[in-house]
Amino acid sequence: MSEEFKIEIVNPEKSFLVKEDVSEVVVPAFEGEMGILKDHISIISFLKPGIIKVSSKSGDENYYVEDGIVEFKNNNLSILTSSIYNLSDMDKSVQQDLLKKAEEEAGKSDINDQTKYLVDQKIEVLKTLN
Amino acid sequence: MASLDDLKKRIASVKSTQKITKAMKMVAAAKLRKAQESAEKGRPYSEKMNNVILNLSSGISDKENAPKLLAGTGQDKVHLCVVMTSDRGLCGGFNSNIIKKAKSYFSKILDENKELKIITVGSKGNDQLKRTYGNKIIENISFKESKNANYFDADKVGKIIIEKFEAGDFDICTIFYNKFKNVITQIPQAQQIIPLNDEGNENSSDESYEFEPDEDEILSNLLPKNISTQIFKAMLENSASEQGSRMSAMDNATRNAGEMVDKLTIEYNRSRQAAITKELIEIISGAESL
Repeated sequence: MSEEFKIEIVNPEKSFLVKEDVSEVVVPAFEGEMGILKDHISIISFLKPGIIKVSSKSGDENYYVEDGIVEFKNNNLSILTSSIYNLSDMDKSVQQDLLKKAEEEAGKSDINDQTKYLVDQKIEVLKTLN
Repeated sequence: MASLDDLKKRIASVKSTQKITKAMKMVAAAKLRKAQESAEKGRPYSEKMNNVILNLSSGISDKENAPKLLAGTGQDKVHLCVVMTSDRGLCGGFNSNIIKKAKSYFSKILDENKELKIITVGSKGNDQLKRTYGNKIIENISFKESKNANYFDADKVGKIIIEKFEAGDFDICTIFYNKFKNVITQIPQAQQIIPLNDEGNENSSDESYEFEPDEDEILSNLLPKNISTQIFKAMLENSASEQGSRMSAMDNATRNAGEMVDKLTIEYNRSRQAAITKELIEIISGAESL
């Protein structure tokens, strides 16, 4: 039996990635990293800033996301996100920009705890990329 | 009858107008392809988003405590209408179709003695509505600077709507836009986004989901996003419709100008011929009388 399932990543502008032969996906869910294999129970969750790791026959791919929703159902994994970057062709300057923006936001005094947590997370992830 | 010179001038002017409409048509055709592409590419996102929300909301047992964005305020006294039009004219019936649709909805609401508030997106809609409904318009948003519809702009509109909703400014929110069907057909749409209309909820499954964190938190995070997404979808559809509408309008204009040039040319030739004949007759009769 094959151990593969389908993944679809969409952002508002287009279908970002569709793959039929994925064996494992690790997503940065809100309450911690979550690995998804075939026949996972149906689940809906949020993403926090982090790295999506998609493993398939053709090798591993890594994507950086800032937010989004994951839905897994009937061996279909959908990820909806408004900001996603492929790490292999992500520019250093883009990283720097994002990091700068995040740091600016973290410096604001009027943000609540949850946003603060998310922004801190973002900064941490972006720093590890460099 | 107009003199030969006048006719000549008219023909020249119609011809130059035709040149302009032809150019506009070609520009619109090029833009249309891009807009259509992005409208089609954008559809999966909004559909998926809708699906997730429908699945979520069908799983919610406690409708009473459901987030207000989903269930509504329980009243329908104040209606907010978001009328989305273009910033540029010369696009056929595009804007007036939306306005017509919106106006019939407005009068229905006012007949029922409900309060009406209007937000216009795009300056053309504002121009047309402010004469009759000027005092009802609470905000006018225009994205003249941005070239293409982008999510960032949609998010801005979404945030304004949510802000007003949370301040208790309205109970029901409807957006008006043109859905792009094909180049000649655009269907004006009225879509209710607050509270979420779950009509057409056929494919909702009974399958239970695992939620992480819990449903409420996901919903309250997702619903505002969904508003922006729906608005973004409307913007994409609208921009494709606008270009399509403009293209066919300009195509018509070019054809009409062509017909007019033909007609004027015939008239010009006729009067030229008449003048020559007249001159000849004068010469001949002058010679005869000698």
